[in-house]
Amino acid sequence: MYAFSYHSPKTVRQAATLLGKNPDAKVLAGGQTLLPTMKQRLASPSALVDLGKAEGMSGIEVKGRNVVIGAMTRHADVATSAIVGEAIPALAALAGGIGDPAVRNRGTIGGSIANNDPAADYPSAVLALGATIITNKRKIPADQFFQGMFSTALEEGEVIVKVSFPIPSKAAYEKFPNPASRYAMVGVFVAKKGSETRVAVTGAGSDGVFRSAECEAALKARFNPKSLDGVKVKASGLNSDIHASSEYRAHLIPVIAKRAVAKAMAK
Amino acid sequence: MSSTTGIGASVLRKEDIRFITGKGQYTDDVNRQGQAHAYFLRSPHAHATIKKLDISAAKKAPGVLDVLTGDDLAHDKVGGLICGWMIHNKDGSPMKAGAHPALAQGKVRYVGDHVAVIIAETYSQAKDAAEKIVVDYGVLPAVVDMNTASKGPAIHDVASDNVVYDWHLGDKAATEAAFKNAKHVTKIDLVNNRLIPNAMEPRAAVGDYDAGTEVFTLYTTSQNPHVARLVLSAFIGIAPEHKLRVIAPDVGGGFGSKIFIYAEETVCVWASKRVGRPVKWTADRTEAFLSDAHGRDHITHAELALDDKGKILAFRVKTKANLGAYLSTFSSCVPTYLYAPLLSGQYDIPAIYVEVEGIYTTTAPVDAYRGAGRPEATFVVERVMEVAARELGMDPATFRRKNFVKSFPHQTPVIMCYDTGNYTASLDLALEMADYKNFGKRKKESAKNGKLRGIGFSAYIEACGIAPSAAVGSLGAGVGLWESAEVRVNPVGTVEVLTGSHSHGQGHETTFAQLVSDRLGIDINSVAIVHGDTDKVQFGMGTYGSRSGSVGMSAISKALDKVIAKGKKVASYALEASEKDIEFKDGRFSVAGTDKSLAFGEVALQAYIAHKFTGAELEPGLKEGAFYDPTNFTFPSGVHICEVEIDPDTGVTSIEKWTAVDDFGNVINPMIVEGQVHGGIAQGIGQALMEGAHYDKDGQLVTASYMDYTMPRADNLPSFQIGMTNTPCTTNPLGLKGCGEAGAIASPPAVINAITDAIGHENIAMPATPQAVWMAIQASGSKIAAE
Repeated sequence: MYAFSYHSPKTVRQAATLLGKNPDAKVLAGGQTLLPTMKQRLASPSALVDLGKAEGMSGIEVKGRNVVIGAMTRHADVATSAIVGEAIPALAALAGGIGDPAVRNRGTIGGSIANNDPAADYPSAVLALGATIITNKRKIPADQFFQGMFSTALEEGEVIVKVSFPIPSKAAYEKFPNPASRYAMVGVFVAKKGSETRVAVTGAGSDGVFRSAECEAALKARFNPKSLDGVKVKASGLNSDIHASSEYRAHLIPVIAKRAVAKAMAK
Repeated sequence: MSSTTGIGASVLRKEDIRFITGKGQYTDDVNRQGQAHAYFLRSPHAHATIKKLDISAAKKAPGVLDVLTGDDLAHDKVGGLICGWMIHNKDGSPMKAGAHPALAQGKVRYVGDHVAVIIAETYSQAKDAAEKIVVDYGVLPAVVDMNTASKGPAIHDVASDNVVYDWHLGDKAATEAAFKNAKHVTKIDLVNNRLIPNAMEPRAAVGDYDAGTEVFTLYTTSQNPHVARLVLSAFIGIAPEHKLRVIAPDVGGGFGSKIFIYAEETVCVWASKRVGRPVKWTADRTEAFLSDAHGRDHITHAELALDDKGKILAFRVKTKANLGAYLSTFSSCVPTYLYAPLLSGQYDIPAIYVEVEGIYTTTAPVDAYRGAGRPEATFVVERVMEVAARELGMDPATFRRKNFVKSFPHQTPVIMCYDTGNYTASLDLALEMADYKNFGKRKKESAKNGKLRGIGFSAYIEACGIAPSAAVGSLGAGVGLWESAEVRVNPVGTVEVLTGSHSHGQGHETTFAQLVSDRLGIDINSVAIVHGDTDKVQFGMGTYGSRSGSVGMSAISKALDKVIAKGKKVASYALEASEKDIEFKDGRFSVAGTDKSLAFGEVALQAYIAHKFTGAELEPGLKEGAFYDPTNFTFPSGVHICEVEIDPDTGVTSIEKWTAVDDFGNVINPMIVEGQVHGGIAQGIGQALMEGAHYDKDGQLVTASYMDYTMPRADNLPSFQIGMTNTPCTTNPLGLKGCGEAGAIASPPAVINAITDAIGHENIAMPATPQAVWMAIQASGSKIAAE
C-alpha cells in the first residue's frame, strides 16, 4: 500500500467538497474492494474520503411503496432487516449471500453499486427492481445508472446517498457461483411488478449487469418457469474465462432464470 | 491407564489447546532483536535472459540495508539448490540437472523466479525499493506444454530438448509378449492435473547470524529441519553443520511443499551475515501460489492386456511428467520411483512396463505433494480398471476382486514386495457400507428428479514408511531414510521423547505420547514430545510419505525397549533380585513370583541417585536412543466408493455418498486417523472436481489467487462413512502402515469413475468443474438417465 491522505467528513456535503479538491481521491465506503486493491498496490489514490462518519447515510425505511436504503448500510443489516425481509425478501436473501460474514459486516450497498463490479450481486437487484439511485446531486433511474464494467453514471464529486427500491409483487435472486471466488458467474434477479417483468443478469456480461431481453420476452405473457423452456440466449457479449466460456454462461442464463422464477413463485 | 490414553484410544490432541487459542509459535511469530525484512523481486516473465540488472537506486532507497543478487551469491561461493535423487536414463546416463541458483544468474525460468532480494528496516521499505530496481529482460518464448517442450528453446543449456530424463522400469519384452496374446486391450489417455499445495501457513524464514559464536540460526517452515541443515551445510555451503542450527517451530500444514529447501530460506540465512542483522521473510499468498513447489502434472497413456475371462495379463504405461523450471529437492523421484512401483495396484499383474519422461517447462518447480507419485499411479490404475470392467461388461467390483493379489508376500514386477494385505475384506466391507446392491434404485430415483447418478470405485494401494536406506540408496537417493529417537527419563519418571519426525498437523505430540504412555504405563501428561530443532534432536529425516508412524514411532519403540531393559537392570539392584527375574508390566517393575515391585518413576529415581549399584556395575541415568531403518515399505490399502449426482442443466456434480474403508494395520489414535482420512479425501475431491493450476501460453499463472484457484470447502463435501479393516504390517514392531496420504491417493479416481458412470462416457478430465461436466454431457448427448 502506498501513502495517502485520509479524510473523515461528517456530512455528505463535506465529502463532496473534499472530492472536488482531490481529483485522485477515492470514496471509502465498506472498503471490501478498494482496500485489498490498494494493499496489492493495484490502486494508489492520493486520498481516501471515508464516509463512515458521514451523517444520515445508513438505515432502512419504507417510504410509500418503496424501500429506501441508505448508501452506507451494511449487507448484514439489509440481510437481517425485518423491513426488507417483509417487503422485498429477495433483496434480503441477496444481501445475505454476498461474500462471507466479514464482508457482509463491512461492505455497503452504496459501495457495491458505485463500484459496479461485473460479478457483484447488488446491481442485478437494482436493475431488475427498477430502483432509483439518489445522490447528493440528483435521482438516477437504474436503467441509466450502470454504464459498463466498473462504470456508472456518477459524476466527479457525486456520492450515492440512498437507493430506493419499488416493492415488487414477486421477486427472487438465484446465483450460480464461480467455483473459486464464489462471486456470481451467472446471477439472475427476476422481479414482477404489475404487468412488468424485469430480468437482470450479473456475472455473465462482459460489460457488467444487463437485462435479458430474451428472458423478459418469454416471461411477459406468463410469469412461470415453464415460460423459459427453450429460451436461447446469445453468447456474444458474454464473458469467457477459465471457469466458464461465453457459451456456457449463455446456456446458464435461462437455466438460472428459471430457478429464480420458481423461487419467486414459491414465496 | 493405557485403555484411555494408550494405543488404540481416541485421545484428544494435546497440541490443539495451543493452536486453537492462538498460542502456537509459527515462524512468522519469531522476531529477533534488530531484525530486518526481506522482499524478493521476482520475474514477471516465464523465460528471459537478464541483460542488465541495475540495483543502484534501490540501494539508496529509504531504510534499505542491502540489495543482493546472484552475483553476490557467486562471490560468496554459495552453492545452488540441489535435487537429492539421481535418476538414470534408459541408456544408463545420468539425468540432466540444470543449475538452480537461489537468486537468478543471467536468466529467469518461470514467473516468480527470484531476481534479487532487498533487505530493509521494514517490509514496506523493501517492497518500495524493489520498484526502483531496473531489469532489462531479453524475453524468450515460454515453454508450457509438455507435448511441445522438446521444440521450445532450451530452458537449461544441459538439456537442449528440455528432457530431464527418459526412464523406464519393468520387463519390456515380457510385457510386449503378453500383449500379443491378449484377447482384449483397454486403452486410456489421462491427465493428472497440476495442483498448488496451499498450506494454511505460507512459507517463512528468519535467518540469524551470531558473529560472536559464528553460528547461524534458521527458523523456517520445514517438514524436515535436519535435512534442511544437511543441504544448507554440505551442498549450499552456508556453514558447517555444527555452526548451523535449524528450527522448524509450529508449522501450519505442509502436504509435502515444506520438505524442500527453497531459495528464500537459503537467502535469509546467508544474508543475515552479509547485513549483520537477522533477516525475516514471510510469503504472501500470491508468492505461495507462484513459488511453492506444485504437485502432480502428468500426461499418461496406459494399456491393459486381458484374457477372455477378464484376467489381467500385462500393463504398459507411458507418462510425461512436468518437473517445472528447476529440479526441486526430491522432484526427480516423484514421477519415477514413487510412481512406477505402485502401478501394480492391488492386482496380480504378471508383466508391467513403464516409461517416464521428465520434462522441463518454464513453470514453478513440481515436487512431492500429498501422496507424491502414488496418487498419480492410483489414478492410472483405477481409471483403467474401471474402463476395462465397463468394456468387458463386468461389474467393476467383481472385476477387481477377480484380479486381486490374494497371497502374501507378493512380489510385483515393479520392485515392490507387499508383505501383507486383505483386499477382499476391505472391498466386502465397502460394498456393504455403500449399500451397493441398492444403487440401481437410487439411480432411478435421481433420474425421476432429472439428475444423473453414478458410482465409482477406487481400490488403492500405497507404499508408505519410506524407506529401507540401502534400497533407496541403490535407486539413486542421496540420503538414508531411517528415523531416530531418544527417550530421556527424568529422575521423577516423566519422559521427554526427542524425535526426528516433524509434526505440522499430524498430532505427533499426542500419538507419540500415547505410545510412551502405553509402553511405560505412565500418565500421558508425563510425556513431552520434542521435535523440530537440530540443537535438541540429534538427527532425523523428517515427516513425509506417511512415515512418522511406521518409521518414526518404530524408532521410539526401539528406544523404549532399551529404556525398559535398562530399567530392569536398575530394578534388579533396587529390589535385590536377579535381572532375569524382573518383569515390567503396567508401569511396574516387579520380581517374578513375589509382591516386591517398584513403579516406573521409582526406578527412574533409583537410576539417577545411583545408591543401589556402583559405577563398576551399571551406568547411572535412564536415557536411550535408537535409529530405526525399515526393512520394507509399508502397504496401506483400501477401497473408496464415491456416489455422485449430476445436474445435467448446469453440470454441477454433487457428491452424495462417500464410503472409505482403509487398512492401515494397527491404529494408535482412531480419531486422528479418521481426521487424516477426512482431510485426504477433501484434497482428493479438490483435485477431482475443483483444483487446477493453469498457466497461459506465455507462462503466466492464471490461477494465482483464490479468485481463480478453487479450493475444496466444507459445503462441497458429504459426510464421510469411514470403515477400517486391520491387517497389521509385518515388517515394523508396531504393525503400523501409515494413514496420512491415503485419502488423497484413493479419492480422485473414485470421483471420476463415478462421474463417467453417470454421464455414460469416459472423456472427462480433472478438474471436473461444472463447465467441464456440462460440456462432456453436451458432447455425448447423454440425456439418457435423466429422461
